Amino acid sequence: MYAQMVKTAGTGVKKPKDMTAEEKAFQAKIDRNEKIEPKDWMPDDYRATLIRQIGQHAHSEIVGQLPEGNWLTRAPTLERKAILLAKVQDEAGHGLYLYSACETLGVSRDELTEMLLNGKMKYSSIFNYPTLNWADMGAVGWLVDGAAIMNQVPLQRTSYGPYSRAMVRICKEESFHQRQGYAIMMKMAAGTADQKRMAQDALDRLWFPSLMMFGPSNKESVHSEQSMAWRIKINTNDELRQKFVDQTVPQIEFLGLTCPDKDIKWNEEKGGYDYTDPDWSEFFAVLKGNGPCNKDRLAARNAAWKNGAWVRDAMLAHARKKAARKAVAA
Amino acid sequence: MNRDQALFEFLLRMGDSTLILSHRISEWCGHAPVIEEDIALANTALDLIGQTQFWLELAGEVEGKGRTADNLAHLRDAWDFRNLLLVERPNGDFGKTLMRQFLFDVWQSLMLAKLKGSSDQRIADIAEKASKEVAYHVERSANTVISLGDGTEESHQRMQDALEDLYPYVGEMFIGDKVDEVLVKAGIAPDPASLRAEYDRIVGDVMYKATLQLPEDDFAHQGGKTGRHTEHLGYILADMQFLQRAYPGAEW
Repeated sequence: MYAQMVKTAGTGVKKPKDMTAEEKAFQAKIDRNEKIEPKDWMPDDYRATLIRQIGQHAHSEIVGQLPEGNWLTRAPTLERKAILLAKVQDEAGHGLYLYSACETLGVSRDELTEMLLNGKMKYSSIFNYPTLNWADMGAVGWLVDGAAIMNQVPLQRTSYGPYSRAMVRICKEESFHQRQGYAIMMKMAAGTADQKRMAQDALDRLWFPSLMMFGPSNKESVHSEQSMAWRIKINTNDELRQKFVDQTVPQIEFLGLTCPDKDIKWNEEKGGYDYTDPDWSEFFAVLKGNGPCNKDRLAARNAAWKNGAWVRDAMLAHARKKAARKAVAA
Repeated sequence: MNRDQALFEFLLRMGDSTLILSHRISEWCGHAPVIEEDIALANTALDLIGQTQFWLELAGEVEGKGRTADNLAHLRDAWDFRNLLLVERPNGDFGKTLMRQFLFDVWQSLMLAKLKGSSDQRIADIAEKASKEVAYHVERSANTVISLGDGTEESHQRMQDALEDLYPYVGEMFIGDKVDEVLVKAGIAPDPASLRAEYDRIVGDVMYKATLQLPEDDFAHQGGKTGRHTEHLGYILADMQFLQRAYPGAEW
């Protein structure tokens, strides 16, 4: 998922005796694994939390076009360029249906966009890191989309119907993205010395930021019991991070690259790798706006919105004129 | 000039034009006025890259020197490119990008319609596939030009400026030369001039709906089809060819 540190609205999980009848019925529905649909009654805090979470996810898809767009005009072959174009187009499509899912909760796409642009809403920290060589297009697909899938697969079963259905569609495309990313890495890792260097460099830079995508460790995380009770969060951050590490380390070995975590070690007893946590102070610095690309990414989105204002105004004006002419003719 | 030489030149003209236009459009990625336009621009760029692969692959085959579509795209310098000057013009604002697209789309759709009947089956096949995509491109760019031309006062002015800026690059599409003569004779491709009347009719109709005024001056910049380009192409190639040039022989 591209949402981290989503603050759950409300005061925490209520005991059944403190719930209203409506709240009890709502929770029972979720516990029966039934979907909540837009017109159903829902607690205000559930609605507010979902808007934050889906909105952040949508923003991430949109901002996420930028680091990949950075290499579109420099793709090394026509085929690579075509694949990257298709992928970036998918991301924009994901943004679109996530915004639509969010709109079913009573907030407009324009309102959400304004909150992204003025910094009130966040997007995933990963997109505040630069893409510095071509292997980054491989590593982004492999690691970044890979980490996203870890979170999105369980979210296909989330309690909110429109979000769940958006996830089903998104997951299909993301797994294609991850495979194409890994395909680039295989080519690079088996290529010339320079290409192998690019592949290792991309892995070195993106490994820890990818681990950060799951959000802080449970120990440091704002409590998320309520989101889990509502089934808008299915697993803990640490569970998913562990799963990601366990899946990725053998892939690194297969590529013949070196894991940037020098202390990575298989732990027979737990049946998973022991790994080094990312530097959480860096994570919080990036969230605060001090990542390498925060300013550039937001400036690019703000410029796109501002420079496009005349286009949006004109499209609306034309649609109104057309409707007026039709009314006169009728 | 023999038939294969002329055919090679012609295929480069087709493939280089789609390649360079695709490059220009992909510069928009993540910067469009609304998400739907980001998607549509990426989609158009993707179609054009697909067409480029067909045209340049066939060009390499006709040339017979073992060059692939990628070799042609990434290892030629500007003077060997044969794209129309129109497609290398900078994007400008969104309106200008769509005006350039429209002026190109109409020409391309008319050209492909004729090429579907080419005596060279390979060309007819590519034209058949590409024309389906291009039919959608024309519809979209025409609708956008109309909306923006007949939108607000500001958008109208921007679109009028875009039209005046780009119109001098339209004429080149219809000026034939030796290459065309050979291909017309062989029934492979139409005489470019023969497309002009229909082009003027379609463009005139859309400009009328868009409340835009076609420039009266029909001056035409030329050179793209013979390898004499604007200053912009060199920078496009510097971007596009960077990896292939910096790491010769690597596979990607």
